[in-house]
Parts: sequence; C-alpha cells; structure tokens
Amino acid sequence: MKNLRKGLTLALAVILTLGLVTGCGGGSKAGENGQIYVYCFGDYIDPELEYEFEEATGYDVVIDYFDTNEELYPVIKNNTAKYDVICASDYMISKLVGEGLLAEIDYSNVPNSAYISENVKPFMEEFDPGMKHSVPHTWGTYGIMYNKEMVNSADIDSWEDLWDEKYADQIVMPDSMREMYMIAGKVLGYSMNTTSEKEVKEMTDLLLKQKPLVYKLANDSARDLMIGESAALAVVNSGEVLYSQELNENMEYVIPKEGTEVWTDCWAVTANAANKAGGEAWINFMLEEDSAEDNFEYLTYAIPNTRIADLTDEEVLNPPKEVLAKCETLKNLGAEADDMYSKYWKEYKSK
Amino acid sequence: MMKKSGRARAAAVGKGLYLALILIFLYLPIFTLMVLSFNEGKTMSRWTGFSLRWYEEMFASRTIMDALGNTLTIAFWAATIATIVGLLACIGMNAMKDRSRLVLMGINNIPLLNADIVTGISIMMTFIVCGISLNYGTVLFSHITFCIPYVILSVMPKFKQLESHTYEAALDLGASPLYAFFKVVMPDIMPGVMSGFLLSFTMSVDDFVITHFTRGAGINTLSTLIYSQVKVGIRPTLYALSTVIFVLVLVILIVVNILSNRKEGEK
Amino acid sequence: MTKTSMNSNLKRLFSGPFLAFILCGTLVPLGVIAFYGFTDRSGAFTIENIMAIATRNHAQALGLSLGLALISTVICLLLAFPLGLILKDSKLGKKGFMVFVFILPMWMNFLLRTMAWQVLLERNGIINIVLKSLGLPLLDIINTPAAVVLGMVYDYLPFMVLPIYNALIKIDKNLIEAAYDLGADKLLVLRKVLIPLSVPGIVSGITMVFVPSLTTFAISTMLGGGKVNLIGNIIEQEFTVGSNWNLGAGLSIVMMVFIIISMALIEKFDREGEASMI
Repeated sequence: MKNLRKGLTLALAVILTLGLVTGCGGGSKAGENGQIYVYCFGDYIDPELEYEFEEATGYDVVIDYFDTNEELYPVIKNNTAKYDVICASDYMISKLVGEGLLAEIDYSNVPNSAYISENVKPFMEEFDPGMKHSVPHTWGTYGIMYNKEMVNSADIDSWEDLWDEKYADQIVMPDSMREMYMIAGKVLGYSMNTTSEKEVKEMTDLLLKQKPLVYKLANDSARDLMIGESAALAVVNSGEVLYSQELNENMEYVIPKEGTEVWTDCWAVTANAANKAGGEAWINFMLEEDSAEDNFEYLTYAIPNTRIADLTDEEVLNPPKEVLAKCETLKNLGAEADDMYSKYWKEYKSK
Repeated sequence: MMKKSGRARAAAVGKGLYLALILIFLYLPIFTLMVLSFNEGKTMSRWTGFSLRWYEEMFASRTIMDALGNTLTIAFWAATIATIVGLLACIGMNAMKDRSRLVLMGINNIPLLNADIVTGISIMMTFIVCGISLNYGTVLFSHITFCIPYVILSVMPKFKQLESHTYEAALDLGASPLYAFFKVVMPDIMPGVMSGFLLSFTMSVDDFVITHFTRGAGINTLSTLIYSQVKVGIRPTLYALSTVIFVLVLVILIVVNILSNRKEGEK
Repeated sequence: MTKTSMNSNLKRLFSGPFLAFILCGTLVPLGVIAFYGFTDRSGAFTIENIMAIATRNHAQALGLSLGLALISTVICLLLAFPLGLILKDSKLGKKGFMVFVFILPMWMNFLLRTMAWQVLLERNGIINIVLKSLGLPLLDIINTPAAVVLGMVYDYLPFMVLPIYNALIKIDKNLIEAAYDLGADKLLVLRKVLIPLSVPGIVSGITMVFVPSLTTFAISTMLGGGKVNLIGNIIEQEFTVGSNWNLGAGLSIVMMVFIIISMALIEKFDREGEASMI
C-alpha cells in the first residue's frame, strides 16, 4: 500500500505544480476599464484583434463562441450567461429586438459607423430599421460551392441540382434550420419567410427526399470537406469561397438562378449588458479601417466598410444588381411559427 | 509432443496477433494526430513538410491556454474541496446510526449512476431557476458535486478497516481528539484520501457533458473548447494539443508506475 | 451527557457540508427536473412531456440509441474478455506494463480521441488515402451509425477491459488447476469457472459502457455528421437550441427510466449482487 501512496503523492505533486503554473499563467489581468463579454459565431474575427482592442481601449475581453443563431437565442433569452456584446444574423436580431433583449446603440460612442457601406443598408432596413440596435459585421449570400474537377460546371445553376442523384453522398448541406427551408422553398417556389404549415410540411418532405444524397450536415466545417475533396458540392455562404479557393483551386461558387438569401451578421449590445460602453467600444473598434482589413484577410467574408471597399470588390462578395434583385433576407417569424418550424426540422433530423 | 508444442506456439502467435490488433486500434488514431501535428500545411490530406508552427500557434493562442488554465484550476479546486467535504462526511457518517448512514450512502450513489447529461441539465436548470447566471463558480460547484461520491467511495472502506480502539486508546492516553485523529487515523486512511483526490481530479479534467451545460460566458475547459472547434472546423492546433496532452499523460503515468514498481521490488 | 456521545454528536456535524452538496447538487436539481418534466410552459401539471417519447421522432431516436448502445456494449465485451484472459496469463513482469498500455488511452480527453476518428474516417481522410494508394476499396462509414458505434467502442473499450481484467486476476489459480485436474478442457473451464467468476467485472464493465453510449450526444454529433440523431442529441437540442425545457426534462426522465430498467436487467445476471467498483 505504501508504494502506491508514494506514487500517488508524486503524481499529485506533478499535477499540483502544473496546475499552479498554468493556473497563474492562464489568469488574465483585469483591464483598467473592466471586462467585456463577447458572444460570437465561432472563428468570426481575427484573434489578434482581441489583443489589439485590449491595448487600444484598456478593456479586458472575454470571448465565447457558438455555432448557430438558434444556440445563441436561449442563452440571451434565459440570461443563462451574461454577455455585453453579441454577434447574430438578421432574423435573430429582429427577434431579439422584438423581445426587448437588445439595447439601443448610442452612436456617439460609435463614430466609425460613418464608414458602413451603403449597399448593406437597404437589407439592414428590413430587420432593424434605422440600425437602432445593430451594426453590420459581415454580409453575403448563400450559394453552391462545387469542385470543378468533380462536377461539370454547366450542370450547376439551380438549387434543384442538389436533388440530382448523380451527386449521391457528395453533397454537404447546412446544419441550420432556416437555411435548409430557404433552399427547399426556392425549389418549390415558396417564400423563405412563409408561415404556412402546409408549405413547411411540403418542404420537409422535399428535404427528406434529398437526405439520402447528403454526405454531411455541416456549417462552417463544410469548407474543410470541400478543400479536402471529401465532398463535391456544398451549400456555403459567399464568405467561405475566397478562403477555400486559396487552398484548393478547383473551387467554384454559383448563386442559383432562383435567387437566394442575403444575410447580414451584426454586432449588438444586450439589454442587460453590464458594460454597455465597453460593448459599443468593441463595435466601434471592429469598424476601424485596420480591424476591417484584418478581419477581411482572416475571414475572407465581405466586410461592409467603405474604407476597405477596394479590397472586397470580388464578384463573389459583391453580386451584380440583377442577382441581388432576386434575393430576400430571412425575417423573424414569431414564436408560433418558430415552434412549427422546429417541429418539422426535428422530424427531418431524426429520420 | 511435437504436435502439442506446435499448437501451443500457434496459440501464442494468435494471442500476440490479437493484442497487436487491439493495440493498433487503440493507438492508430492517437499517433495519426501526433504525425499530423507536425504537418506544415493546413489540410490533413497532403504532407507539406515538417514544422512546429501549430505548436507555436497553440501556445500563443489565448483561447487554448485559458481553457487549459480553467481545466486545471477547476479540477484542482473541485478535487480539493470534494476531498475535504468527502473526508468530513465519512467522519460524520461513521458516527451515525447504521440506518441513516445507509440512506446517505444510497443518495451518494445517485450522481454516479445518473447519466451525465441528466446531472448537467438538472444542475443548470436549478441555477437558472434560482436566478444565478452561469459562470466559473457554477462549473466548479457541479464538478465538486460529482466528485464527492468518488471521494466517499474511496475513503469509506478505509474507515471500515480502521481499528477504532487505537483512536480511543490515544484519547485515553491524553491526546487531544484532533491530535489523535492526525496521528492515528489519518495515516491509515491516507491512501483512500489520495486515490479519492486523484480520481476526482481525473474525472473533472475528463468531464465534458456537465461542463457543457453549466458553463457560463467565456468559461471554456479543454473539452468544451474542442467540441466547439470541431463544429467550426478542426484546426491543426488541436492536433498539437492532443500530442502535448498524450505525452504529458504518458510521462506522469510512467513515472507513477516506475516508482510503485521499484517500491514493490524493494519489498 | 457522556463525553463520547457529545463527541459523536459533534462528529455528525462534520457531514454538514456533504449534506448541503447532496441537497443543492443532487436532490433539488432532481426535483427541478421532475417539476419541469411534469408541467407545461405555464406551470400546469401535464404528462405530455413524458408521453412525447411515443411520438415517432422521439421513439425512433430512443430506439436507435438503445440499439447502438447495445451493439457497442456487445462489441466491447467480445473484444475485452479475450483481452482480459490473455493479459491475465501473460508473464508477470510485463503484466503491469501491458495493462497500463491498454488503459492508457482512457486518460486522454475523449473528445480528442473521437475527433481523431473523424480525421481518419473522412471520405478523403487518412484511412482512405492509404486504401486508395494500395488500390483497395474505400471505407465509407463516416456520418453513418456505423461510425458512431466505432466511436463508442473506441472511447469506452478501456472501461470494459479494466473491470474484467480486475475480476479475472482475482480468480484463485488453484481453482482453475483443480478444474483441469478433474479433466475439464479449456472450453469447460472458461464456461464453468472463468466466466461465472468474472461476472461482477463484466457487469460493471457493461454499465460503464452502456450508460454513456445510450446517453451520448457528442460522439453522434462528431461522427454522425448531423444525420444520426440519438435521444441524447434530442435532449441536448431541446436545451441549447429548442429552448423547450419542459419537453427536454420530460424526455430526460424517460431516459433515466430506461437506464434504470436496463441496469436492473443487468443486475439480475449478477449473482454476486454487488458490482465491484473500478
């Protein structure tokens, strides 16, 4: 027994020292202006900016990540964890505004808002009139990215192509409820904001028909499957395209002829933020020219900032007017319709 | 005779083969990650050259280092507090009537038998119902809760083996209860306390599910960080992290093994 | 009041912190989950959340979970028992080291180990790259239930090996030799001595593999590609995405009942009645 004791004591000593060393090293010093808590989509800002923001403003930043808007919502709604500033998509912003969960932004703290591009403003108007509660971080479209070695370019021009059996087990679809119904709706000619149960049911059936062809349901990691050539087609948002093309030259992006969804992901300050000024400072910092440029280079998503307009003039990021004319944005549908969608989405997921 | 030894040899080869296959199954994934961690490129499908860049990036990444710090500090404090609470509980329960002790030991088993997901959800809901926002403290509390049973299960048998008369003899000889406890009882139950602490520490480091539900803003442990990163897309820094963790675990366990073997040899 | 009784009164107080943790960390939370499970959003009593298990989506997920957990438990058992036997018979000097080698992966974070399989199994992953270069047919199981079973077996195998091995080495050597002396052949010894005497180890191994497999959501998320929906996923989604806590709590209660039933079934096979802990 004694030997065991010695062994354990030693292990303990090793663990303790390790614990203390990393414990002390890991503990961050409190910023002079207090802390701000940021809740953001995974991998959605250049990590360097966190430090630069701390240095520039004296705030201490704690960032946490989520995967989809639907994951963000219960956290903010139930106040399970306290965040000052969040990043969310258009329809989620309007849902949160509707439930009084976001604070109005004091634009005197966000002077850089003058540099927000004009081209996103009409879309902002649809879900947050007057940008009262949110400031755009990125924007883009959804479309089909394909590998031109594995798929004939001429074959891909419609959402319906995702139902083509010759691509069985080669398609990656988003693991995101609203995007999936947007796609099914485009095929059937329904609005992506429909609240008719009959239409949602029909769309679910259509999606279920496609499910056997789907290799994986994935959001951000779809690009890795495309780059690694594990899949031939993936529904991705336009921001992923330049990044993927850099690592695999066979990547092509097309916005299907039926039109698509234009999305805007925005920063917003929560209604019960402990540090509202800090949250606004964060938003303002993200609109700095250097931050916008760093974010663009890191993410390759379109950053709607006039000061880096010449960097982001690729067609993938700035679809021509006639394409945009066919696009819609997702809208908040209300609790009842959300429940109905969730019910059918669960059916889709568990079959 | 010949035939028999031939069969024995065949059996030995068969056994060896079986062990080898299972070893490959167990270690192939881990070694793959180790090899990939030295790959210069971002994608795993092509080897583009040897590089330590992912290790540099890992040590420079505040997210990963913070998660590592959280994992270790939570495990340390959870194990320490659970050990103290569990030890006190054992002392207390030994002074109780058999009936109440049995009931308490039964309740003590609940977190062990319960599925992690249910434990996690129920504690999370309780916090929210009480209006407590999730934070570092809520994670620590849940970890202490699920660690205490392990401590009690390790310490309680030691108390049963204890000769209660030595403690009373010490008291009769004029030792104070505290002195008698530390001089007479403690040495005998120490192995149980130690293994309770280490078991708690390991369980806490390993936990994902309960942390997943009870963590608050910005509180990531390695487990929750890995889970969210896998969803976003695996970055090679995670390969580097796996390698470091594996080597660390290996070294600690080998040292413990050698030490205990050597002691055994001396005996 | 005598000195000793005062002493034991005082000693009993020592369990105070433990009782507080039991109360706040175990009993109250179980009460909360029961309350949510049996009420609707407005707080009125209902058994709808419990009955929801009967709807097709939920029943399918529960059935799939039970099936996959059962399959992985059986595979773990079939792999671990022979392994335990071989380890038990191996030379004494190497024994400690061999056992160590087989349970070492247990100490590594299970999410990292699961992630490793995602890297290996991907359509264009390491395994398939090797297979392709050898001109062999590709292994196409990622994002299917088969991959999830593989992940479960891989993650939980050490939890089966350890208790079985511990039970096997406790068996008295003389007993086995006596059996051989009485003319039993290997198979008979296995059937009449080794297996019956290792039942406690087998039982605790089964519980340690079956329960986490039945309730997992991480393995199915990482290796199932969003297409394998287990009961654990449904419950997790109810809390992290769906925000219908009542339904999530109700389904958790049902899941607990299933765990209790399966454990009772397993215990029935355990003649000893007491499964030895690790």
